[in-house]
Amino acid sequence: MLSKKEKKLIAEIWEKVTPVAEDIGSDALLRMFTTFPGTKTYFSHLDISPRSPHMLSHGKKIVLAIAEGAKDISQLTVTLAPLQTLHAYLLRIDPSNFKLFSHCMLVALACHMGDDLTDVAHAAIDKYLSAFSAVLAEKYR
Amino acid sequence: MLWEGSTAALKDARGVQDLQTCTKNPKAGIMVEWTEFERATIQDIFARMDYDVVGPAALFRCLVVYPWTQRYFGNFGNLYNAAAIIANPMVANHGKVILHGMDRAVKNMDNIKATYAELSVLHSEKLHVDPDNFRLLSDCLTIVVAAQWGKEFTGEIQAAFQKFLAVVVTSLGKQYH
Repeated sequence: MLSKKEKKLIAEIWEKVTPVAEDIGSDALLRMFTTFPGTKTYFSHLDISPRSPHMLSHGKKIVLAIAEGAKDISQLTVTLAPLQTLHAYLLRIDPSNFKLFSHCMLVALACHMGDDLTDVAHAAIDKYLSAFSAVLAEKYR
Repeated sequence: MLWEGSTAALKDARGVQDLQTCTKNPKAGIMVEWTEFERATIQDIFARMDYDVVGPAALFRCLVVYPWTQRYFGNFGNLYNAAAIIANPMVANHGKVILHGMDRAVKNMDNIKATYAELSVLHSEKLHVDPDNFRLLSDCLTIVVAAQWGKEFTGEIQAAFQKFLAVVVTSLGKQYH
């Protein structure tokens, strides 16, 4: 459950991340591919070398979607409806991978924010990314 | 068989062979293979770490981010909110104990399983800690180190660190029956 304070904190953090969406997003993806090599199987059609054009554009897409959801967390199911369909019917990424990506996103944020990623901010973002992942997987079955 | 396949895949995804299904030499135990890069990276990470700062930081973070882990710290006093947790001297001290305990694995990378056999029994038989908590703490430790290192904490270094932590976590869970 996210408190009002946490929702506000999350919205603020993701607003700050938006201008560097490419960097954070591609960094998180690279970390995931390096630490959890099984996740690469979903990207055989892309160039996933560090900071490739594919990585930058894909990373940016993901971060912007997360940032969009953060603007009004109570409306996640509405905001994510098209992405839900995409993931359920076309991409069919096993949802266990969402956890792995969320963890790598947090590591990328930690490298970027240093001490600004306080325990409280970390908790709030972890909760938000869990909720985001759960909503994303809703149409799977 | 489907179940075995999927847990093996999950463990692969964690960068560590499934230590429990490797049957090359059951008596000798499972050997984890470390590359030169991984060995050097692990030694470097822990050499640059102030255990007495990072240990407490990781444990505070775990108790704040995953509050259900507080169930094991009932006699530690005030854990009412993040501020109380961070100010709690018993938690800080326990964080130090944990990191100094991890040092034993750093110094014995080729035999982490044996190094932690006793600790594993302790956590299972006496403390009754769900082994999944070891993974939660190791995720928090990764994030604390990442925040400290910043850009230097590359994907490769993260992978090596997480592989090490996965071996520690598995070894601590080994003696649970």
